Amino acid sequence: MANYSTNEFKGGLKVMLDGDPCSIVENEFVKPGKGQAFNRVKLRNLKTGRVWERTFRSGESLEGADVVDREMEYLYNDGEFFHFMEPETFEQHQASTDAVGDAAKWLKEQDVYTVTLYNGSPLAVTPPNHVILEISDTDPGVRGDTAQGGTKPATLVTGAVVKVPLFLEIGETIKVDTRTGEYLGRAKED
Amino acid sequence: MTTDLWRPSATIKALRHRAALLTEIRQFFAQRQVLETEVPVLSRRATSDPHIESIPVQCGGDNAYLATSPEFGLKRLLAAGLGDCYYLGKAFRQGEAGSRHNPEFTMLEWYRCGWDDRRLMKEVADLLSGILKIQQVQSLSYRELFQRELQLDPHSASDNELLRCVEEEMDLAFSPADRSECLDLLMSHRLEPAMGEGITLLYDFPADQAALAKVIPDNSGTPVARRFEAYVGGLELANGYWELTDSAEQLRRFKADHTYRQKHDLNLYPYEERLVEALRMGMPECAGVALGIDRLLMLAGGYKTIEEVIAFPIERA
Repeated sequence: MANYSTNEFKGGLKVMLDGDPCSIVENEFVKPGKGQAFNRVKLRNLKTGRVWERTFRSGESLEGADVVDREMEYLYNDGEFFHFMEPETFEQHQASTDAVGDAAKWLKEQDVYTVTLYNGSPLAVTPPNHVILEISDTDPGVRGDTAQGGTKPATLVTGAVVKVPLFLEIGETIKVDTRTGEYLGRAKED
Repeated sequence: MTTDLWRPSATIKALRHRAALLTEIRQFFAQRQVLETEVPVLSRRATSDPHIESIPVQCGGDNAYLATSPEFGLKRLLAAGLGDCYYLGKAFRQGEAGSRHNPEFTMLEWYRCGWDDRRLMKEVADLLSGILKIQQVQSLSYRELFQRELQLDPHSASDNELLRCVEEEMDLAFSPADRSECLDLLMSHRLEPAMGEGITLLYDFPADQAALAKVIPDNSGTPVARRFEAYVGGLELANGYWELTDSAEQLRRFKADHTYRQKHDLNLYPYEERLVEALRMGMPECAGVALGIDRLLMLAGGYKTIEEVIAFPIERA
């Protein structure tokens, strides 16, 4: 892989740090007028998700990381691995529970997710920001008090639990923001 | 995105604000009988400062450089008898780009004959508080700031103490080469953010960071550089000196910069012998300071990045 110098560090650039692939979050050039130039760099470790700040001398470089994002269809879980397929080539990849992480509760068969490959193997799975899923379990709906704005927990078909308005029933489909787990509204089935 | 690069990155409002700011600065100096003057932006000599790189250009087959500051030209004019004067125009520094830096920027630099750094600090505070409408001014020595924030004396702490303090405060991809690198790291990472909202005037720098300031013992007998910096809300705005007037010492410092550059594999340029000659002929005792106008405008208008106050920063220039 190519090496990148501090002046090429941009948000989203993938580099190797301490043997782990990282994504650059932020790069700040600091230089006292009469002093030495440094770059304060925030990086997200793509294995652990942890964000870390490290200071470099301006002009130092890091090795690029072989990390690419691919859109893939989720196929099934065999109990140990989650299986994904690239829709163009039909090439299949198996992702470990660690790689899938919190995304597991949003995974629905045949839907498309972003799979991050590191040296060709799945490193992380990111769901779309908004997903539409069916409620599989919740307390019975309460009619007539929609103005009260109360909420109740609802379990979705994928296993995620979200807070929904009281009037919703089992079998209804809703739109959810996967970044916050927030209910966005009812979705109409086509 | 790329098709939009013909546009200025600053709003029309910001550009009007810039014009008003330049007018206000010129009025400030007109009222105080400080003369506006021009010096070359295209120069035959580069800076010797080890941490500032000149941008080289070709001029009629000769090597020339874009000025990193108007300092040498202004000092030669002082030696020629021009008196109190200022430059308000462009300066250029290689490789300095970021949210607070652009390789081409606008600098104000002025000199006061017969003044020392302490008196000039007050005038810097007057200018800044007038423009920024800030009344709160704190004035403290480099040592006091380190003691207040890190319980460390930057002049007397051992190399190991400094290194330990740096390691506790931040994660580095390299090991600091010397004391002054440790101090720079602590200043930019820890102390600038801790300065607070108002105007901060920091004075009496370590002697090895003197640049072109006089070095004189302070009250405790420690030789300190009579150099000061002005910050607002932790953003470095200005750097000033009680100016070195001794030509032999000036020559010694140019040679020391040259040696440092050689040792660190940096570009080497002939030093500005015309400045040494001007000092030898006699430059009046004076204090001088340089102030970044783009950053001042950022503060005056509440802008977060330098590209919001420059019409065409380097990506669009």
